[in-house]
Amino acid sequence: MIALSDFLILGAIMFCLGVAGIYINRKNLIILMMSLELMLLAVNINFVAFSHYLGDVAGQIFVFFILTVAAAEAAIGLAILVVLFRNRQTINVGELDSLKG
Amino acid sequence: MVEQLVFYALSGILVFAGSMVVTVRNPIHAALFLVLSFFTTAGIWLLLDAEFLAMTLVLVYVGAVMVLFLFVIMMLDVNLVVLREGFSRYLPVGILIAVLLGLELSMVVGASQFGLDIVPAPAHHGAGYSNIEELGSVLYTVYVYPFEIASVLLLVAIVAAIALSLGEHRKNRKGQRPEEQVAVNRKDRVRLVQMAAERPDSDTP
Repeated sequence: MIALSDFLILGAIMFCLGVAGIYINRKNLIILMMSLELMLLAVNINFVAFSHYLGDVAGQIFVFFILTVAAAEAAIGLAILVVLFRNRQTINVGELDSLKG
Repeated sequence: MVEQLVFYALSGILVFAGSMVVTVRNPIHAALFLVLSFFTTAGIWLLLDAEFLAMTLVLVYVGAVMVLFLFVIMMLDVNLVVLREGFSRYLPVGILIAVLLGLELSMVVGASQFGLDIVPAPAHHGAGYSNIEELGSVLYTVYVYPFEIASVLLLVAIVAAIALSLGEHRKNRKGQRPEEQVAVNRKDRVRLVQMAAERPDSDTP
């Protein structure tokens, strides 16, 4: 039998990969967004695993809403990315300093 | 036993695909590895009896979101060499953070807290079980307000994405100019023509 901890550790590994991706690819905005998707996926694995092992369907409902919000986030983020590239001709995070922060 | 084998095989593929997403050079390859990891996650969710969510993940993520990613990557002509700079410099700290975070997380969620003896594995549902029916019976009753808020959120996202990508000064952009609409007056639009009254011959009695 597969234990609940196996699924949780798998989710933890995927979350760590997402965090590492943000550290490693800190120049490329597209890979940064993909790392965010990986982290959301890890969280969703945890929700589904808990939902199955505790016998409560609310976890799956929550994943449903997370998927909705993540899809909207990806669409708007990519639209912003396209506008940004049209205005600045770059998606390098190091060059996006027009706010002088 | 078969279930365990399937789980470990899928987990191996998932971890491999995830690590390739963050390390591979070409963003297109990264997007394709992300597709692989979504597919594999759908398989893992099937092991957890979440059939509807597994299908949704494949349809929504692989079918829509990742295709959007690929479109954007192919549309933008990015300079990969500049974007890769600092990769080897940040690689050690990235690995260090990931390993530390992984160790801490597995201490919290490891087998001593969530092992089989503490949370026993539930029996799988029978052949007559419908995951969609169970989800729907809760989604449209208890969670109906969040469901409607989610639909409004999607509508806002559609409008925002279209408004962002249409841009400000496009040639084919359609819009109103209220100041011109208010400033319009009669002599711009109506033209009175003076002409002699005419009567065709057939009309004469």
